[in-house]
Amino acid sequence: MSDLAINGDSAIALAWKQIDPDVCAAYPITPQTIIVERFSDYVADGDVGTNFVCVESEHSALTVCTSSCSAGARTFTATSSQGLAYMWEMLPITSAMRVPLIMAVANRAISGPININNDHGDVMSARDCGWLQLFSENVQEAYDMAIIAPRIAEHPDVQLPCMTNIDGFILTHAIERMKPLADSVVKEFVGEFKPFKPLLDYKNPVSHGLMDGPDFYFEHKYQMVQAMQKAVPVIEKVFEDFAKISGREYHMVEEYRCDDAEVVAVVLGSAFGTMKAAVDELRAKGVKAGVCMPRVFRPWPADKLAKVLDGKKAVIVMDKHLSIGAYGPMYPEVSSVLIGCKKVPKAYNYIYGLGGKDVKVAAYESVFEDVLAGKAKTVNYLGVKE
Amino acid sequence: MSNLSLKDLNSRPVKLTSGHRLCAGCAESIIARQVLMSTDKPIVASSATGCFEVSTTIFPYSAWNVPWVHTAFGNGAATGAGVEAAYQALRKKGKITEEMRFVTFGGDGATYDIGFQALSGAVERGHQMMYVCFNNEAYMNTGIQRSGATGFGASTTTSPAGSVVQGKTEYPKDLTMILAAHDIPYAAQVSPHNWRDLVEKCGKGFECGGPAFINALSPCPRGWRFASEDGMVIAKLAVETCVWPLYEFENGKFRLTAESKRIAEGHVEKKPVIEWFKAQGRYKHLLSEDNAHIVEQVQAEIDRKWRKLIALSKLEY
Repeated sequence: MSDLAINGDSAIALAWKQIDPDVCAAYPITPQTIIVERFSDYVADGDVGTNFVCVESEHSALTVCTSSCSAGARTFTATSSQGLAYMWEMLPITSAMRVPLIMAVANRAISGPININNDHGDVMSARDCGWLQLFSENVQEAYDMAIIAPRIAEHPDVQLPCMTNIDGFILTHAIERMKPLADSVVKEFVGEFKPFKPLLDYKNPVSHGLMDGPDFYFEHKYQMVQAMQKAVPVIEKVFEDFAKISGREYHMVEEYRCDDAEVVAVVLGSAFGTMKAAVDELRAKGVKAGVCMPRVFRPWPADKLAKVLDGKKAVIVMDKHLSIGAYGPMYPEVSSVLIGCKKVPKAYNYIYGLGGKDVKVAAYESVFEDVLAGKAKTVNYLGVKE
Repeated sequence: MSNLSLKDLNSRPVKLTSGHRLCAGCAESIIARQVLMSTDKPIVASSATGCFEVSTTIFPYSAWNVPWVHTAFGNGAATGAGVEAAYQALRKKGKITEEMRFVTFGGDGATYDIGFQALSGAVERGHQMMYVCFNNEAYMNTGIQRSGATGFGASTTTSPAGSVVQGKTEYPKDLTMILAAHDIPYAAQVSPHNWRDLVEKCGKGFECGGPAFINALSPCPRGWRFASEDGMVIAKLAVETCVWPLYEFENGKFRLTAESKRIAEGHVEKKPVIEWFKAQGRYKHLLSEDNAHIVEQVQAEIDRKWRKLIALSKLEY
């Protein structure tokens, strides 16, 4: 197939078309809506056999998807911001029911004040819900992660739902050049859905979603911990298999010029690309900077990050969300990794880009420069007007 | 009246077993068993959170002999709809060949209140499933709090009868009529004391080819304050007083059934509401002389709604 000029939402819809899930239930919300609009076109034109359910709320969207997947159907959905917040009650139920459904999340600020632009307030508020979480830097990755996700989530050792995150507008709406895979290649890679004890197998009746007392609740949560641990080798194998069909290599933690770096930034999503440009500028000035992205945010790649960050002079944690009164959400997680390092780097937290505040290459350069010059505080608010 | 016999019903497979943990005298399992008897086709059941859900499925036990699923409280209809959506998808792709049926159970809190939006959305989308409300007229699982289904004057833990306020000060919303206003193929009110009427209506609901809604009055000995052996007597009294008329809405036509039909036709006399109040501790404060005006007021409202229902049942268009 020839290269496409396509936005991130449409790229995800294209991946879904090639996978042809059994059920998709969704509710419109900016900036996700293009995914379900494009997918509706595929349904209307008979390009997919999917039962597309236009529900009356995101709470019902995730509910329909959860019971549909427990019933035995491969099921996808998409949401953003308030939609994810409205789904929140269902998020830990979906994962505890071990339902491997796939949800694209167009990352957008959480109200209030109401704001439709990109930050990670939505997904970070969902980080403790037992979902696998993948992040993408660009449109190509948005497409690739949409194809990769079902293989990870549906693996018998994993059986957990998966969010594929893309930055609202920056990736959802911006048109980039992308290399799609052939339909047959995607179909073969993703394979048939093999549901675990589906409800529709009425000859072998099962009950899903039972009540746990204190004797079982903790144990069931612990089984999810084990599933997350088992997901690590599964993810590595799926990335390896994907490289064979696409030539594109992915890792739990993506690194850029980290090997000999003195200071490394940790960042999620599209800002990884912008920070690579900042690193190049700094390197040209003789500053030994590097940047990395945990492509897989859940399971949290602690060991892999430790290998990248151990012995560095300083680590900068970039957070597009903040826990008001504490830190950005990723800062304590990275700090926990650093504590175990042989040579513990100094760690700094930069809150940036909230509500879509634009951050340019020069601003990212200043972050590294301020840290090296001893001007950075523990928690810093990049570009905020006081 | 059909040829349906108790002997026949008794020979049908048991889909919800005994040994669950519902209270003695609870009508919910009686209703559920009658509902599940109403179809011979393979069925998947689902429940919203509530008494029925927690009592029939405490891990590692389940009282269900048919597939069953629960997710949360405010989304019973969406939970059922998801199973039905999967069924339609897999049937279209040829992965399922048998015809199946789908039923969702929810209490009145889960149906009238928190799950109302999900129910309205599900029936608007036309899922082929039947939603059954166990209407015990309050939040019983959390300890008898008032709901949108609680009767006027009923004392609950959040609408207690006090020295100034005499129980709930609002009438229940008429959910069966609201569902009928969605113009779904089938909606009905039932009571477990009349098993024949209930099973016939649920049979119609299962076969109506679209969404069906069954509102089942479910006497609750704890919440309504009556002896646990009296549930079916109380249920019958609700129908005899026209507090809970039995009727159906089928393809746009309202029809009174069973005892309600006989009352409307003048074969049986309608009992006064005071008898309904006398039978239950939740209404005992209404029996004092000071509250006689409340009884009168409720009687007037019951009479008005009864006249309206009779008018609707005669409506030809």
